[in-house]
Amino acid sequence: MEVNIDLAKCTGCGACVPACPFGLLEVVDDKVQLKEGCTLCGACVDACAFEALSLPAVMETGAAADDSRGVWVFAEQRRGVLKNVAYELLSRGRELADTLGTGLSAVCLGHEVRDVASLIAYGADKVYLVDSPDLADNQEDFLTHKMVAMVRELKPEIVIAGATALGRSFIPRVAAILNTGLTADCTGLDIDTGKRLLLQTRPTFGGNIMATIICPNKRPQMATVRPRVFKKAAPDAGRRGEIVKLDFRKEGVIARVKLLDSVDEVTETVKLEDADIIVSGGRGLGKAENFKLLAELADVLGAALGSSRAAVDEGWIPYSHQVGQTGKTVCPRLYIACGISGAIQHLAGMQTSDIIVAINDDPNAPIFQVATYGIVGDLFKVVPRLIEKLKNG
Amino acid sequence: MNIVVCLKQVPGTTEVKIDPQTNTLIRQGIENIINPFDTYAIEEGVRLREKHGGKVTVITMGPPQAEAALREAVSLGADAAVLLSDRAFAGADTWATAYTLSRAVAKLQPCDLIICGRQTIDGDTGQVGPEMAEMLQLPFIAYVSRIEEIADGKLRVRRMVEEGHEVMETTLPAVITVSKEINVPRLPSLRGIMKSKSAAIPVWGVRELEVDEKMVGLAGSSTQVIKVFFPQRVHQAEMLEGDLDTRVDTLIDRLRSARVC
Ligand SMILES: Cc1cc2nc3c(=O)[nH]c(=O)nc-3n(C[C@H](O)[C@H](O)[C@H](O)COP(=O)(O)OP(=O)(O)OC[C@H]3O[C@@H](n4cnc5c(N)ncnc54)[C@H](O)[C@@H]3O)c2cc1C
Repeated sequence: MEVNIDLAKCTGCGACVPACPFGLLEVVDDKVQLKEGCTLCGACVDACAFEALSLPAVMETGAAADDSRGVWVFAEQRRGVLKNVAYELLSRGRELADTLGTGLSAVCLGHEVRDVASLIAYGADKVYLVDSPDLADNQEDFLTHKMVAMVRELKPEIVIAGATALGRSFIPRVAAILNTGLTADCTGLDIDTGKRLLLQTRPTFGGNIMATIICPNKRPQMATVRPRVFKKAAPDAGRRGEIVKLDFRKEGVIARVKLLDSVDEVTETVKLEDADIIVSGGRGLGKAENFKLLAELADVLGAALGSSRAAVDEGWIPYSHQVGQTGKTVCPRLYIACGISGAIQHLAGMQTSDIIVAINDDPNAPIFQVATYGIVGDLFKVVPRLIEKLKNG
Repeated sequence: MNIVVCLKQVPGTTEVKIDPQTNTLIRQGIENIINPFDTYAIEEGVRLREKHGGKVTVITMGPPQAEAALREAVSLGADAAVLLSDRAFAGADTWATAYTLSRAVAKLQPCDLIICGRQTIDGDTGQVGPEMAEMLQLPFIAYVSRIEEIADGKLRVRRMVEEGHEVMETTLPAVITVSKEINVPRLPSLRGIMKSKSAAIPVWGVRELEVDEKMVGLAGSSTQVIKVFFPQRVHQAEMLEGDLDTRVDTLIDRLRSARVC
């Protein structure tokens, strides 16, 4: 299927040609023509002043938006500790719920999870707490089953979860069972108040294109968001909310996947996602030993150590340090990129950092396009001098 | 072991260039390739077959030209291939894609293991694997970086998580998605290339899969793209000038006044 062209209405003005992000439209003999590969994105439809372009009518596939109400945030925990992404999503979720004039709930599944009340401080009106030893390990068959049962019973209109390894793995299964839409890795969430729709914006084509996606006819509208995309609001310890305890019974749920062992690999003390400052190295470091130089800078600054994929691929540093599209998204107050060219996939993971410093000997490196401060120069000269001056000053 | 590998044909670049004049993607000279993450899935399937015997079938949903990706997979060691292609499949979101693939897998029974890449480089969602697993009611493990053992109808793997890795076990049949750490894909063999040229690749559409048209393609998609735009990067870095000492001093100055160090 592709965009419909009404040749009778087409004036051949060509206004749609530059609107197609894929360059698939051209004007031949005063009429527009479409090449293979239309993704039905609709960008051209808006560009046409003559209503010659239209998307194929979408067949109604399910119940139209119903009386579902409320915004839910999946509050992920690991070993009883809530993850930061839960607070980030609650902070944004609060704004979405207020715009909709509805409630915000956190859904926490685990065992003896600490500090559950903090979810209220970050904006939840209600915390649905499901506590069971069977949920301690985040067994995904259990999580999937329980989430589906809760959504069916309590009918939220929006469900947001972190695009973590866990969220990206079990949330799609929840969406599959509920037969509803799910948008991965959103970087923007907004509300179309008129239609009561969640506007979900996400990068595609490795961050080269942004797309805004809606789920008009199914509920809930589901989205995942990478950690560190939204900022945590300041907690309000005085906020009131309710903790609603729900049961979990594993009878009738077949747990087919078993966790046998769980090994942490991050090699230093400061966790990348939580770090205020990140010192990151790329292929420009040349060899594994040179990460010691960056580690020293990180040490002086109290920073965590990040890297580009090239450095991971070279085997200089473990994957858990990789920043970018297929690594971690980070948003520290300060990101120092040393010997990193700034490929779009790397930028996808760090470009929202407050201050970005780029140290690179190639003045044309794309990293300088997102940098706040740039130093063109040899990192092996700049970094040691920086360490020395920081130590002495 | 009967293994099914799901793959996608994608534009062969992620360094998508944008024509500054027209603000559109430059497509010229971009060939279609197998989604790089799926090449690890193919390789792992072939390695498992080499070890345990059986058959590797590759499937893809896409336009007719996606057949080329299947032929390439055969040259890399797959035994059989099926193209899922029908005008009704166009415009599918992840749910509708997963549904179509799941119907094909159901038709390919018996099947012990279904392997997908962790995500594609164009859509980037990573959702099709888990959604398909659920539609097939099969157990699912994401981000597998090593297959440790397959024995007695069970699969033990290592999978990557933010903090490090986890060792997981599941019963078979199962669906997994693999990360690039799992192997180094081989190059096509001469025999494989010969085989790929003559391989008969059936095309299954709505009729062959016996699916309802309302469940596939745009019609089966709950999500709709309403707007597509280019990320704005209006940004001006302050390039620090002067000799080495001056540049480093200015930097420290800037960072101190921003109170980040
Ligand atoms: C599907 C896909 C997903 C990807 N995901 C990611 C991801 O998550 N994260 C990621 O980072 N990449 C990712 N990549 C890879 C990305 O495209 C780049 O290849 C990678 O980021 C390059 O890493 P780099 O900048 O370290 O290396 P290079 O691009 O090789 O850059 C090295 C830089 O170091 C500079 N340099 C060299 N020597 C010195 C010196 N002495 N002093 C100062 N500067 C020096 C050079 O000028 C150059 O700019 C992905 C790619 C694909 C296809």
